[in-house]
Amino acid sequence: MTERSAQIPSGAPARGPRRLIFETGAPESRCVEPPPLDVPELDLKVRLQGRAKIRHEMPMLPHVTEVEIARHYSHLASMNFGVDTGSYPLGSCTMKYNPRIGEDAARYEGFAGLHPYQPIETVQGALELMCRLAEALGEISGLPGVTLQPAAGAHGELTALMCFRAYHLASGIERRRVLVPDSAHGTNPATVAMCGFEAITLPSDADGGVDLAALDEALDDDVAAIMLTNPNTLGLFERNTLAINEAVHSVGALSYCDGANLNAIMGITRPGDTGFDALHINLHKTFGTPHGGGGPGAGPVCVTEALKPFLPGPIPVHLDDGSFGLAEPARSIGRVRSFFGNFGVLVRAYAYIRGLGGEGLREVSEQAVLSANYLKERLRDAYELPYDRTCMHEFVLSGVRQKREGGVRTLDIAKRLLDYGFHPPTIYFPLIVEEALMIEPTETESLEELDRFAKAMLAIAEEVSTDPALLKAAPFTTPVRRVDEVAAARKPDLRFRREG
Amino acid sequence: MRQIPVTCEQREAMLRALGLSATEELFADVPPAARIDRPLDLPTGLSEMELVGHLRGLTDANAPATELVSFAGAGCYDHYVPAIVDHVLRKPEFFTAYTPYQPEVSQGTLQATYEFQTMICELTGMDVANASMYDGATALAEAAQMACRITGRHALVCAPTVHPEWRRTLLTYAEAGTAEVSRSPATDVATGTMQVLGQEDESRKEDHPSLASVLSDERAAAVLVAQPNFFGNFEDLSLIAELTHEAGALLVVAVNPLLLGVLEPPSAYGADIVVGDGQPLGIPMSFGGPGLGFFACRKEHLRQMPGRLVGRSRDVDGNEAFVLTLSTREQHIRREKATSNICSNQALCSLAAGVYLAAVGSEGLSAIARACIAKAHYLRERLLETGRFGAPWETPFGYEFALIYDGDVVEMRSAMLERGFLAGVCAGEVEGGSFAGIGAEMLESLVLLAVTERRTRAEMDLFAEEVASL
Repeated sequence: MTERSAQIPSGAPARGPRRLIFETGAPESRCVEPPPLDVPELDLKVRLQGRAKIRHEMPMLPHVTEVEIARHYSHLASMNFGVDTGSYPLGSCTMKYNPRIGEDAARYEGFAGLHPYQPIETVQGALELMCRLAEALGEISGLPGVTLQPAAGAHGELTALMCFRAYHLASGIERRRVLVPDSAHGTNPATVAMCGFEAITLPSDADGGVDLAALDEALDDDVAAIMLTNPNTLGLFERNTLAINEAVHSVGALSYCDGANLNAIMGITRPGDTGFDALHINLHKTFGTPHGGGGPGAGPVCVTEALKPFLPGPIPVHLDDGSFGLAEPARSIGRVRSFFGNFGVLVRAYAYIRGLGGEGLREVSEQAVLSANYLKERLRDAYELPYDRTCMHEFVLSGVRQKREGGVRTLDIAKRLLDYGFHPPTIYFPLIVEEALMIEPTETESLEELDRFAKAMLAIAEEVSTDPALLKAAPFTTPVRRVDEVAAARKPDLRFRREG
Repeated sequence: MRQIPVTCEQREAMLRALGLSATEELFADVPPAARIDRPLDLPTGLSEMELVGHLRGLTDANAPATELVSFAGAGCYDHYVPAIVDHVLRKPEFFTAYTPYQPEVSQGTLQATYEFQTMICELTGMDVANASMYDGATALAEAAQMACRITGRHALVCAPTVHPEWRRTLLTYAEAGTAEVSRSPATDVATGTMQVLGQEDESRKEDHPSLASVLSDERAAAVLVAQPNFFGNFEDLSLIAELTHEAGALLVVAVNPLLLGVLEPPSAYGADIVVGDGQPLGIPMSFGGPGLGFFACRKEHLRQMPGRLVGRSRDVDGNEAFVLTLSTREQHIRREKATSNICSNQALCSLAAGVYLAAVGSEGLSAIARACIAKAHYLRERLLETGRFGAPWETPFGYEFALIYDGDVVEMRSAMLERGFLAGVCAGEVEGGSFAGIGAEMLESLVLLAVTERRTRAEMDLFAEEVASL
C-alpha cells in the first residue's frame, strides 16, 4: 500500500469525490444563456401583487461553464459501476445488458416530444405502442387485463392490492389481512400497510417454499390476499403454486404474484395459468430497460378478466374502427399517478420484446436459469448452499462457514469482490438465510465472465483461510473505501450549505 | 435481435457440467400442469434494422408537440433542454447502474443525488429534500400520508384548483389507506383560486364552502394546495397558511420548480411539505413520463419522510464519501412499518434536473422564468385583443393562463392544429374536469394556455392572427 501511494504525486486528483458542483466554477461562469427577450419586460412586482412575491434571496445554484459540467459529471460517472462496467450479479435485480436501440427509440422526437394532452389523433403511434406492449405482457403473464401506469415495481404492487381491495369491497366483504411469506421483498409488507391491510408473515418450509400447514392455518375469510414471489427470493420455483392458489381461492381470497423474478419463466409457465389473479412486472428487470441508478423503471400490472374493471384508468385501447383511444375501466380504483405512466420506459421495453420475439424471450429465461445453475454448481463446495435444489435464474449461498472460520462476514466477501472488479451480489437477503449472498448472473453474461466470477468467489473463499484481515479491510481499489454509515445517520448531512 | 453471448457449444458444455442433457431438465420443479404447452403468441423477433423501421413507423403516426407551435401545459411543459443534459444522461455508468447500495462503487450517483437534494432545498427553501418520487402526483399523495402520520389525523383538505389528475391520485391513495379526502372547498369563480374565507352569499355556503368553513368542520391533517394552481393562478398562500396552521394542520404546497427561480419559495409562507414535478427542469415531455417527483420538508419531520436520502460522510481513510442514509425509514429495513413502500424512484431524471440547474444557474433560471411569465402575459393580451377570448378572472398568474373562448374549443383546436399550432389544453377534458364551484358551461369553453421560453413573439402574433381569422 505504502509503496503504491509513494508513486502517486501529491498533486494528483482524488479518485473519490473531489468537489461539489457548487464549489466548481466562478460566480460569473455560465453554461447556457437564454436568448434576448422578444416581448416587453414585465414589472413582476406589480403584476404579481397581493398573490406572489419576488424572491429576495436567489437560490444557491452552481455557476459553471459547459466544460466544467462535462468534466464534473465525467468524474462522477467514473466513480460509478454499471452493467457496462462489468458483471453485476445482483440477486433479484436482473442487471442484464440494456440494448442501446431502446435508448435511441425513447429519444425519437415522435415519442419524446409528445405532450400528454395532445389531440388523440396526433398520438396514435404512442397509443398503438402501449396497446401492443400491454397485449404482449398479457400473453407473457397469462393475465389479460393490463395497466401500464405504475412507475415502478412497488408502485405496481400497490396498484394490484388497491384493485384487490376494491374487488372485495364490491362484493360487500371487507377483508383485513394479507399473507406474506417470510422470504418476501420488503416492499410487499410495506405495500400491505399502505393499503390499510395487516401483514401476516408466513414461514417457509425446509424446502424453501411456502409452509402449507401454516398457510392452511392462516387462511380464513378475513384474508384478502396472499403475495407470493414466484420463483421466490431463494431462486426456487414454488412447486405447490397450484395447490396454494387453490387454497387461497377456496376462502375467497386473491393471489398476487410479485413479478420481480419473471426473467426465469418467460415462455415456460405463466402466472395467470397457475392461478394467480394479478402480477406486477418490472420492465427495468425482465425487459431490458436500464435501472438508471435507481429509476425510472415501470411496473405494469396484469390481472384476470374479473379484476380488469378495477384497474386504474385511462387504459389505451384498440377501437373497432382500427384507431387507438383511451378507456376508463368500469369500476376503476382511479389513477395512481399523472398521465399514462413512464412512457419512455415503455418504449424501451416494447423495443426489447419486439426485437427478441416470443422465442427469444424463452431463450432468455432458459439461459438465465442455466447460467445460474452453472454458477451454483461451481460455488457449492466453497460456500454453504442452504437449499440444494435446481434453482431458477438466481440462487442463494450462505457465508456462515466463512463467518465461523475466519470471522469474515458476507459484507466482507461482497466488498472484496469489488477489488476483483465485480459488483457484489445482493447480501443479507432473503432474511431467512443467515449471511445470505443472492446471486443472479442473468443471461447476458458470457461463459468467460461467469467463470471469471466463479474464480473470484473461490479465490475469496481461499483468502478467508489465508488472510481474513484483508477481507475485513476490503475494498482497496475503489474510488472510496468503506463508508461510515453510522456517522452519516447519527449526524445527517443531507445538503450542502455555503459557508459564511 | 439476440442478446445472449453464450454460444450453443458452450451451452451444451454448461449442461454437461450440471449432469444434464437438455435445458428442459432445468425446469423440473415446474409441474407439468403449470407449464405452457405452446410457444408464446408474440410476433417473431426483429433485427435491429427492422426494429428501427417498425418504431419509426409508429412515430410517423404521431405529431409531436415539439414539432408544432405548442401552448399545451397543464402539468407538462415544452421547455428548452440544453444539449449537455442528455449527454450526461447517456453515460452508461449512470444509466446502467442500480440503486447505490454499494457506496464504494456508486459515488457518482450518490454525489449527484446529494447535489440534487441541495438544489431542491435551495429552490423550495426547505431544510431537507429526498432523492425523488415517481412524479408530482404521487409526491403529493405521499405528502398527505406523511402529514397524517405526523398529526395523527386522517382528514385531507385539497384545494379544488390542484391538477385534477393529482387530486384523483391523492384520492386513490387515501381510499386505499386510512386517510380520507374531505369535502372540497369551492373554487372562487371570480379569481380562479380556492375560496379561502366565507362569502357573503349564505345560500351558496352549503354547496360552495370556503376553506375556512371546511377547516372548522374537520380535524384536518393537511391542506394541500398548488402554487400556481391548475389554471396558472397564484393562490393566496399567506392566508391559506394562516388558516391551515390555526387549524393544527400541515400545509402541503405543490410548486412548479422553474418558477422558484423568481418567486419567493413556499417556505417563506410557512409550508411544511413542498412537492412538485421536476419535468420543467430539463426533462423531455415524453407523453407525460418519466418525469420527476420531488419532495422537501422541514428538518423536524425528517424521520417521517418517504423515499431515499443521500448523506455526506467519510470513508475509513478519512476521505469524503456519500452514502444512502436514514434507511430505517424504508421498506427494505422496516418492512410494514416503513414510511412508504417506494423503492425504485426516478434517479436518472433527478440527475437530469441537477445537470439542467447547473447549466442554467440561478440567474439563468430566473431569466427563463421571467421570460416565460412575460411571454404568457404578452400572448394573453394579444388573444384578448382578438375579441374571440374573454378573461374569466384577473388574478396574477405565472406562465399559464385560462381564457374563455367564444366558440367551440375542440373545433378551434382542430382548426389550429391544421395550421401547425397546439392551441393549449381544454380544461374540461382533463380527468373529467371537475372543479368544485365551476359550472360545466364555463368549463367547456375554458382553454388553458402555457407559454414557455421556446415560443417567440412572431409565433404568438401569428397564433393570435390565425385564431382571430377562424
